[in-house]
Amino acid sequence: MEVGQLQRRFLEYTASLFNQGLLDGQFAQLQQLQDESNPDFVLEVVSLFFEDSEKLLNDLTIAVGQHIVDFKKVDAYVHQFKGSSSSIGAQRVRNVCIAFRSFCEEQNTEACMSCLLQLKQEYSLVKDKLQNLFQLEQQIVEAGGAVPMLEY
Amino acid sequence: MATSDVLSRHRWSEKADNFGHDVHVLAVDDSLIDRKVIERLLKITSCKVTAVDSGIRALQYLGLEKNSVGFDGLKIDMIITDYCMPGMTGYELLKKIKGSSTFREVPVVIMSSENVLARIDRCLEEGAEDFIVKPVKLSDVKRLKDYMFGEDKIPNEKQETNKRKLSEISSEPEISEPEFSASPSPPSSVSDSSPKSLSSSPSLDSSTTISSTESPQSSTPSSPPCSPSLLTSPTRRLKMTNLELD
Repeated sequence: MEVGQLQRRFLEYTASLFNQGLLDGQFAQLQQLQDESNPDFVLEVVSLFFEDSEKLLNDLTIAVGQHIVDFKKVDAYVHQFKGSSSSIGAQRVRNVCIAFRSFCEEQNTEACMSCLLQLKQEYSLVKDKLQNLFQLEQQIVEAGGAVPMLEY
Repeated sequence: MATSDVLSRHRWSEKADNFGHDVHVLAVDDSLIDRKVIERLLKITSCKVTAVDSGIRALQYLGLEKNSVGFDGLKIDMIITDYCMPGMTGYELLKKIKGSSTFREVPVVIMSSENVLARIDRCLEEGAEDFIVKPVKLSDVKRLKDYMFGEDKIPNEKQETNKRKLSEISSEPEISEPEFSASPSPPSSVSDSSPKSLSSSPSLDSSTTISSTESPQSSTPSSPPCSPSLLTSPTRRLKMTNLELD
């Protein structure tokens, strides 16, 4: 595929992620911080997010699965997840975190468990999409083109 | 002509470093992701950055702690810290800094993902320069750098900043802020009726100064040092993620 087509595909894909609310303006902001001197900035930050998230989801699974749930602990994890997802623009993940925190406050185990499941789903989805996005970027670069700047 | 001197000096200073050296910022955040982002934001605005992951480390770096690595001649121009951190919160760090003779004059900016009025108030009362709601954007950092380290506050420079803000703002739809509490804003988190009132004012020519925020429609309590930064309220940022790009 030639560069122009790849670039269009990239832009369309990106637009769809925004339209579905998977990503928000903060992601676009990160893209704007990337340049020749920091060409992998977004990839680096998102990779950190993946690492961080996976650990958090593990910790959460253990914490929520306890016989007596320590809601403060769970809340602390969710707070962290909310922060990181917000920092990269993973809007739907962040929104689930917000709901999750209110269930922690209510000390509602059932709802927390359900939220955790939802969190895993949303995270998995956005991770998948972002990986696709990075692949599209790579294809553009390999075809000798420049990755178009997001406009949102 | 005096005016153009002032304008060209401002433009020059935007490119070059202020006062002949890089603005050195100490960034404090326990989140690795946030540290990476804030570091990039600061570097892009030509700041030198030292990022640490806790309040204790920050104090050690500044030479205010027992096992300090601080050294004489350490120049820090601004400290930007997360509020919620394990161990020492950003608020506690703020108090320690303001309580030190060496660093109490250094502006401290608090970042927080929670837009809690009581928290904002508490920090400002303790001497924080500003309060930024996360996620932090380039416009936040530029704004901070401009009003803290721009050339001496001259009217022309200030309303260049105004004008930029206006052109950003006037193209935006009405913003409602359901998450923002209904109580009157504290001085530094000017509600966004300000920018709107400015954009509806007839003209912002070179004779207008920052005090144009005192214009009729402003429903916010006007605070004595009404600097350009107050035009963009920290709380407004909550709603801006989907609407604006810098």
